[in-house]
Amino acid sequence: MGFTQKHLLGIEPLSPLAISEILDLADSYVDLNRRADKHSNALAGLTQINMFFENSTRTQASFELAGKRLGADVMNMAMQASSVKKGETLIDTALTLNAMHPDLLVVRHPQSGAVDLLAQKVTCSVLNAGDGQHEHPTQALLDALTIRRAKGRLHRLSIAICGDVAHSRVARSNILLLGKMENRVRLIGPPTLMPKGIADFGCEVFDDMQEGLQGADVVMMLRLQKERMDGGFIPSEREYYHRYGLDAAKLTAAKEDAIVMHPGPMNRGVEIDGEIADDISRSVIQEQVEMGVAVRMAAMDLLARNRRNRAGQDTGEVSL
Amino acid sequence: MSTVFLQNAHLIDPENGTVDQGNLLIKEGVIAARGAVVSAPGKETRIIDCAGKYLAPGIIDIGVKVCEPGERHKESFKSAGLAAAAGGITTIVTRPDTVPAIDTPETLEFIRRRAMDASIVNVLPMAALTKRREGREMTEIGFLQDAGAVGFTDCDRVVRDVKVLTRALSYARSLGAWVMGHPQDPYLSEGAAVTSGKFATLRGLPGVSPLAERMGVDRDISLIEMTGASYHFDQITTARAVPALARAKSNGLNITAGTSIHHLTLNEFDVAEYRTFFKLKPPLRSEDDRLAIIDALKDGTIDIISSMHTPQDEESKRLPFEEAASGAVGLETLLPAALRLYHGGLLDLPSLFRAMSLNPAKRLGLPAGRLEVGAPADLVLFDPDAPFVLNRFGLLSKSKNTPFDEARMQGKVLRTFVNGNEVYQR
Repeated sequence: MGFTQKHLLGIEPLSPLAISEILDLADSYVDLNRRADKHSNALAGLTQINMFFENSTRTQASFELAGKRLGADVMNMAMQASSVKKGETLIDTALTLNAMHPDLLVVRHPQSGAVDLLAQKVTCSVLNAGDGQHEHPTQALLDALTIRRAKGRLHRLSIAICGDVAHSRVARSNILLLGKMENRVRLIGPPTLMPKGIADFGCEVFDDMQEGLQGADVVMMLRLQKERMDGGFIPSEREYYHRYGLDAAKLTAAKEDAIVMHPGPMNRGVEIDGEIADDISRSVIQEQVEMGVAVRMAAMDLLARNRRNRAGQDTGEVSL
Repeated sequence: MSTVFLQNAHLIDPENGTVDQGNLLIKEGVIAARGAVVSAPGKETRIIDCAGKYLAPGIIDIGVKVCEPGERHKESFKSAGLAAAAGGITTIVTRPDTVPAIDTPETLEFIRRRAMDASIVNVLPMAALTKRREGREMTEIGFLQDAGAVGFTDCDRVVRDVKVLTRALSYARSLGAWVMGHPQDPYLSEGAAVTSGKFATLRGLPGVSPLAERMGVDRDISLIEMTGASYHFDQITTARAVPALARAKSNGLNITAGTSIHHLTLNEFDVAEYRTFFKLKPPLRSEDDRLAIIDALKDGTIDIISSMHTPQDEESKRLPFEEAASGAVGLETLLPAALRLYHGGLLDLPSLFRAMSLNPAKRLGLPAGRLEVGAPADLVLFDPDAPFVLNRFGLLSKSKNTPFDEARMQGKVLRTFVNGNEVYQR
């Protein structure tokens, strides 16, 4: 089965074929985005609302640009500033927006599962732009596209994910996606930043960076999520950098042609050395940003196609 | 008071562990006679043919939350009483975690009056162990006991200050009062929404290690040993808490333990796609834990099954999982859910009613919970095999937050008697 879902809430329900379908379409959008005329009409006439209940500049800009390039009417709502402050519940907000007949809702929320909840209450397609510590599917897809283009394949690679796995929805989505595509995933970080039961996902877990990076094709660094920590996970940033920060010396453990990735925004000198981040022979961090727009275009295009295919069967019923 | 003759029933006797076909005579609110041959009843006697269905001592449910005072829209004494009767529960032992908490003789007096007016089943109130359940100062345990408090508990709030708890336990002991505690390390479990492990990680939800329960058990056992208090663990839900409990019991400490029907019949995976009706406190556990708890119930390490009835309105549940309120209603589903253990071949009927009727009665020092001549005629007549699909909107509780919505269940209550009066008939 390809990508036939109504929503894109996470990587978990996607089949390998669906993932490939999204990536293939995204590839073509990379080409479009590099042309002088970047316009397509795939979403013409459709309304896309970006609801960000959590601060975001990069992801929101990426979604906004993706929608605009496909010809959608895009509206941004900074949810922190509006009704949430007045005590409106998530469901009431959803129902209010639903009454305006949007076609695509792009939602980021600080609570795990909040986007799933919202998707149950609206008639349009919902795209998860990150919910709590649960999933961030478009990030995993853009990482996958970046890897596929850099390495020429997306299977049988050894991929090291380093750092704050516990607080990272990016890590969860990536672990699920890379696992589905038959890669070896190695997780590296202090045990205080490793979630319980993570080895059951088929990953190898290391608390030593040198050991974990051994033979890696891809080194994916995670941001230390200081804002999600209530203290005491690591003794200090300098000790963290010493043990888990990616620098040239540690990178020698990985394969010679290993690429370095980071979902951004980076804490230079905390999880990654500035020089590595800027080394264009190793770092694909800028490509990740470029792929982000293309992947989001592909995902929204496919969701809109699925809606059109479903039209006629869809009764428009909402479960309350 | 009427005389009722219940004939041709299967009588479940939890005390002797037997199920026999026979008759039972209710006179003046108590069981007057029982057995295969009971003398022919007089003219005014109401005769009920039980058609071979099962008659058992009514369920005594320890730890029911009735939301009076404070949140009567969630559950009142009237609705809780009706729901209990429909579930074969003849006595509810209420929790003091209301708004405000039941922590003074005056508030206790209020709910006793309300309960007597409105409830069709027996209501025995518990009171808070510390003022406002804040864990700082003990309540007026003596006055509260005089006013009718049957036990003392801060419910799901753990008294963090060990000194405060030690004093409260010693004081309660001097008055012969028993205390119910929630075994949980309060620091480890802070902010947790599910049990830690693969499922919690997959869903990105904050989890608590199952060992936090054992730490709570260990701490409380030391304090019980220190003070000699009479103590009941409200819910033991993890495998690794059981050996500590068994050891403490074999050392002769005055300890009993309960568990909730939800932890006996559901596991963490039932939360599935963030279904908040499955958010409980403590959270649902692994399947291994669930099976270990059933074993502990079988061998008597765990004494009591409760519904841990916790009504929540739709608004407090229709939220992102972490923000949603904990708890589930259980009065009407306790018996059919417990019968899953019977139909699954895990526990026989007398053992189930030992855990739901006899042992709670013993804990409370009540003469009920038995099918004995002279015991109060608190009875439930039920058909353990009758199948149904639960519809939550058909529940009599004001709140409909059951995890068993649309579940296939077996076991319908046919009649319920409280002190010889029929309070429910299907």
